[in-house]
Amino acid sequence: MTDQIHRILQHVQKPARYVGGEYNQIVKPRQEQDVRVAFCFPDTYEIGMSNIGMRILYGVMNGMDGVWCERVFAPWGDMEEQMRSHALPLWALESHDPVKDFDMIAFTIGYEMCYSNILNMLDLAGVPLLSSERTELQPIVFGGGICTVNPEPLADFFDFFSLGEGEESTVEILNCYRNAKKQGLDKQAFLRELSHVPGVYVPSLYTHTYHSDGTIAAITPAEGAPALVQKRIVDDLDHAYYPTKGIVPSTEIVHDRSNLELFRGCIRGCRFCQAGFCYRPIRSKSPEVLVRQAMESLEDSGNSEITLASLSTSDYRGLPELTDRLLDYCEPRKINLSLPSLRADNFSRELMLKVQKVRKSGLTFAPEAGTQRLRDAINKNVTEEEILSTCATAFSGGWNNVKLYFMLGLPTETDEDVIGIARLAEKIHHVWRETASNRKRGLSINLATAYFVPKPFTPFQWEAQITPQEYLRRVHLLQENLHLKCVDYRYHESNLSELEAVMARGDRRIGKVLLEAHRLGCRLDGWDEYFRYDLWQEAFRRADVDPAFYTTRGFADDEILPWQTIGVGVSIGFFRREREKAYRNETTPDCRTQCSACGAKCLSAGGVCDV
Amino acid sequence: MFRLLFEKTDDAVYLSHLDLMRIFQRAFRRADILIWHSQGFSPRAYVSIALPLSVGVSSRCEILDFEIEDGSADLQALPERLNRTLPKGVRVLHAYESAVKVKHLAYLKASVTLEYDAGIPSGAVAAITSLFAGESVRIVKHGKKGEQEVDLRPLIRELTLCPVSEQELCITAIVSAQNPGLNPQLLVQAIEAYLPSFRADFARIERLEIFDEAMEVFR
Ligand code: SF4
Repeated sequence: MTDQIHRILQHVQKPARYVGGEYNQIVKPRQEQDVRVAFCFPDTYEIGMSNIGMRILYGVMNGMDGVWCERVFAPWGDMEEQMRSHALPLWALESHDPVKDFDMIAFTIGYEMCYSNILNMLDLAGVPLLSSERTELQPIVFGGGICTVNPEPLADFFDFFSLGEGEESTVEILNCYRNAKKQGLDKQAFLRELSHVPGVYVPSLYTHTYHSDGTIAAITPAEGAPALVQKRIVDDLDHAYYPTKGIVPSTEIVHDRSNLELFRGCIRGCRFCQAGFCYRPIRSKSPEVLVRQAMESLEDSGNSEITLASLSTSDYRGLPELTDRLLDYCEPRKINLSLPSLRADNFSRELMLKVQKVRKSGLTFAPEAGTQRLRDAINKNVTEEEILSTCATAFSGGWNNVKLYFMLGLPTETDEDVIGIARLAEKIHHVWRETASNRKRGLSINLATAYFVPKPFTPFQWEAQITPQEYLRRVHLLQENLHLKCVDYRYHESNLSELEAVMARGDRRIGKVLLEAHRLGCRLDGWDEYFRYDLWQEAFRRADVDPAFYTTRGFADDEILPWQTIGVGVSIGFFRREREKAYRNETTPDCRTQCSACGAKCLSAGGVCDV
Repeated sequence: MFRLLFEKTDDAVYLSHLDLMRIFQRAFRRADILIWHSQGFSPRAYVSIALPLSVGVSSRCEILDFEIEDGSADLQALPERLNRTLPKGVRVLHAYESAVKVKHLAYLKASVTLEYDAGIPSGAVAAITSLFAGESVRIVKHGKKGEQEVDLRPLIRELTLCPVSEQELCITAIVSAQNPGLNPQLLVQAIEAYLPSFRADFARIERLEIFDEAMEVFR
């Protein structure tokens, strides 16, 4: 007879994503494990399996004796319905065992719009949502990932957070848990113990108090917890674990290819970019290691595409050597090499032509702002000439489509800056008319604008977000100024970015909103078909929280910031200086030209950045 | 032309036709065999799987055709090499050269196991047997082309029925494979439409064998 899981799988879309069994998944004997970890990605299988961070930590944890780490993803709505109506609790893909029976439940938290999925997954697993309701040592719920630079909105639900890069700290954490289990420690004692592991933040050991105006009055650590928890980094990337024998999904995922991580950190310092600051200091891998890892992962996976993933690929010093050697390997095997995030400035014609030999992909630019004045203010070091001359090279080489990404609502933005976006599109069109090798195919410009979200650990962390009404006014202003037929303009929904802004800079009081939103049925917010802004508004009402406090209000310069307990290496003084420079439209040189003493290099063992 | 005979069982039943093609394309690369690529803007490794199986259905007799870029391969060793890296439930049984075109694949044998949680209802065997022994079994098929009425009867060559446990009743049928073919799922649908009181709680389906026009096993 067929069991209930397999019966419901007949009725859902893409059932393959719920059963595991892929090549290279790791299965260990249940009885021989001391620590079993359910590693959850709070979105669908297709997105989660494309995430490098999860793949790295899956390998790291399973590399430990006595530890078995399995994967869990958020079910799609149809699957959730089936699970709920048949009372089937969320299970892990490798063993199909219920998540609630695991020792530890880990979440990788990469974007704010997945918070409701975290609550929903815990609920589907049958695990109490609040950390305070889980009194035993099993299960312990923890999280890591970029969003944990401000984990406060999630503080009520998590027992601890692992800050920064997890290759080394995760091993320490699991060993600490293993010992606690052996010694029969209770949950409280374990968390106290764990709070001394560098990079571990235990939110329940900190009390937040508020002024009557709603701003934070004090954050008080207890039981010897550190006043500042500094994120962890891996010093030597050449010798750090990198998954070259990773799971090969049997069903299609978003980024179905091998990944090569060239370096961590970014030399650029764009003032709006959280990743650019939070992944500092700069550490590179050597081309030798990268070529070896590329060959290993292509051979093992059978993938027909490999991509160079890093914040700004063209800033990798060994790029010419690396791409030459990779192309030598890839071309005879009909493997496609893709190079995302190339900058306009050193996007050489040579490199472009080389890659073109394998496959033509689109030309993408993210000038972010329409005028040089505003690009200087946000320190986006790309000039109009660079964009136009790169376009000229590309058009004469037969390319005929360009993708352009901008933000609306950046600090100091004026109408002139908004109209500047339309002007830039016109200039690109003009260049195309003059340089296109084949004008018959026509030009297509895909132009997209996002609604600027101020993020913690950037020079704009104190800034007010513009109101949704103002955002839409600027969208319409841009629309009115776009006259070209070849431009396809799309803009982000304001609702989602507003919510993202609340989650990004929220404090502990947002936990109540999340709880209400979950009760109202919010989940899969990153998906249009599920996002319900009306329910979120209701959740804010029920929790008695005004979203504007976190969005359009802005934070005062001397205000205690909710994320003040967390350290990413970059100093607040640097962020203040950068903010002032933004107001003066002054740029800051990249790290290779000159170190601006942001503070991050203190995190590396040698005290230097590998620029 | 080279051909693989493979099984798709266990949790691999949830893989779609497209998934399976991609799985084999990768498995060939892992085995260091460069498959012939289609030409064009984005070249694809050419593999062709006969008679796409519905998601959820298992099979003991799937056929995949492929061409190799340099024309040769150690066929003897191939199944073992591929099996080492295939996902759970996909298993290559045989690799060989074949000149028999897929258009000669005329019939397939499938089992449909009806699961009755409360036990096989009395009268089910007789009622189902007589349903498929009748002159015609017309049902409405919901497909890509919208709703369509089809008569299953002429597409059924042989059909037997026997209980395999207290709760399971197994239909074994030889049906037309293509042009037009009969998806064994429709046998379940016919029972639901004509004999609602004998509707099963679940039905599991397996493709057991394939045959040519002369009812010889197709390879
Ligand atoms: S310490 Fe200097 S070189 Fe290193 S990231 Fe900061 S500014 Fe750049």
